[in-house]
Amino acid sequence: MYSYWKNNQLKIAPWIFLAPGIFMFSLYVIFPIFQSINLSFYQWDGLGAKTYIGAENYIELLDDEYFIVSLKNNVIWLVLYLLAVPAGLFAALFLNQTVRGIRIYKSIFFFPFVISQVVVGLVFSWFYDPSNGLLNIILEFFGFDTIAILAEEDYVTYGIIAAGLWPQTAYCMILYLTGLNSVDPEQIEAGRIDNARGWRMLWYVILPQLKPATFIAVVVTIIGALRSFDLIDIMTGGGPWGSSRVLAYYMYEKAFSEYGFRMGYGAAIAVVLLLIMMVYIATILYRLYQDEKGS
Amino acid sequence: MFPTPIERTKPSTQLLYKIALPISIIIWLLPLLAVALTSIRSGADINSGNYWGMPTSINFMENYTAVFTDSPLGYYILNSFKITIPTVIGAIVLSSLTGFALGVYRFKLNLFVFFMFVAGNFIPFQILMVPVRDLSLSLGLYNSVWGLVVFHIAFQTGFCTFFMRNFIRALPYELIEAARVEGVSEFKIFWYIVVPLMRPAMAALSVLIFTFIWNDYFWAIVLTQGADAMPVTAGLNSLNGQWVYNQHLVSAGSIIAALPPVLMFFLMQKHFIAGLTLGAVK
Repeated sequence: MYSYWKNNQLKIAPWIFLAPGIFMFSLYVIFPIFQSINLSFYQWDGLGAKTYIGAENYIELLDDEYFIVSLKNNVIWLVLYLLAVPAGLFAALFLNQTVRGIRIYKSIFFFPFVISQVVVGLVFSWFYDPSNGLLNIILEFFGFDTIAILAEEDYVTYGIIAAGLWPQTAYCMILYLTGLNSVDPEQIEAGRIDNARGWRMLWYVILPQLKPATFIAVVVTIIGALRSFDLIDIMTGGGPWGSSRVLAYYMYEKAFSEYGFRMGYGAAIAVVLLLIMMVYIATILYRLYQDEKGS
Repeated sequence: MFPTPIERTKPSTQLLYKIALPISIIIWLLPLLAVALTSIRSGADINSGNYWGMPTSINFMENYTAVFTDSPLGYYILNSFKITIPTVIGAIVLSSLTGFALGVYRFKLNLFVFFMFVAGNFIPFQILMVPVRDLSLSLGLYNSVWGLVVFHIAFQTGFCTFFMRNFIRALPYELIEAARVEGVSEFKIFWYIVVPLMRPAMAALSVLIFTFIWNDYFWAIVLTQGADAMPVTAGLNSLNGQWVYNQHLVSAGSIIAALPPVLMFFLMQKHFIAGLTLGAVK
């Protein structure tokens, strides 16, 4: 027995180290994914018996106008949330100096990312408040009409995205600040000699070197956009009239709230969201695989 | 350095920059400053709609103590600590093991297992929601602090494994080789050689996971019900529903709820940023 261990240590040891992690991760993450996919072919109220209904949940989705609204909002989130990447880059360029106290400024700029989205959501709902919110006070000051952003179907999603951009920009800024730190100074000097300045320098010399930072910024921003849930729940609860829902939120409503307890239907929505997400997950894995092959 | 260091520019640009810095920071934090301002106003000011004029009195102490005495916020905060701290420890223990296994050994399924952890880390929470809730119910962990802890440990293991594995890959492999030649067992190599070297990674992960879990809202509302096990994020939201006319108190509560991760960030800034920007540079 002992000698078997001695001879095969290198083969067995990794699995002993992996066992607890794989067990927990399978139990709470991997299996549930398949359980959800399976559930999406059933009708279930969460308590009684499950009834197999084939693809009916998915067929129903196609005719569900709220599903379409949520999907459309997801696309808006995805596109506008990406503004955090250039915004973060410019914040980083603005702060990438060595003047006195700059470190404090950098940390304070990063603040919004550290605080909970619940707090961000509350802060922005008050900011948008039609009667006492700071935004409308400012608008009035400049002679504009006041608007109740979170009560207008046409504005509400944009209002929530703006709140989300606040922490996300901070995140991208930190990624770029770190990236800027490792930009090769010799290349910058060479660029300066060749008379590259400002925009040209940024575009041709700096940005190519910031590629890893950009990749991560884009990935985390896309994932963040598709995961958006907290802000919507805090700021509007999906309203007014469901106009600010996204898939993640609609799924939760269908499965868990007074609107439904339709677990199977909710699972089908989650599967659609997973499929969208898979595009990005596959990209990440592909990049990782390339890196692994290279090293 | 890019952009051009400000010291090398015209004096007028330097002056402009020095003025622009504080102004930009104030605009950036304007929504938060507004909340801080509201949190020290009196109830009378709030009722009369005096949000932006001179406060009639500064009620810093009153408001911040009222939050603890008149609401369960203190209890929610305690719950948050009870959830966050064991999660940090558990996730780091598990991922040290998995990260070591995937970083040090070469075996067939290595990359497959690694990719499983990475991919699982990015999936939408909603796909897990119903099964995880059912599982927690059947394990008797629903609506308990431990239910959240166990789930969070499991889920965070994905990200932490990714982090630890990459960190261990960067360590000098010769150390491990040399120990093996000496006949040191794999467990001893892990415990006496690798774990001590992993300290910076553990520190970085601790602050990151602390912040992630402290700020978690989704799982808090999925896996708890009522005040028993509710962490401060969900608690704050329910408080906001109950205290519609006490915005000054909810503001104070928000500031309190935001404080632990902010402090954590300030105290461990270097580790935090190192953790967050892993892979942002090559």
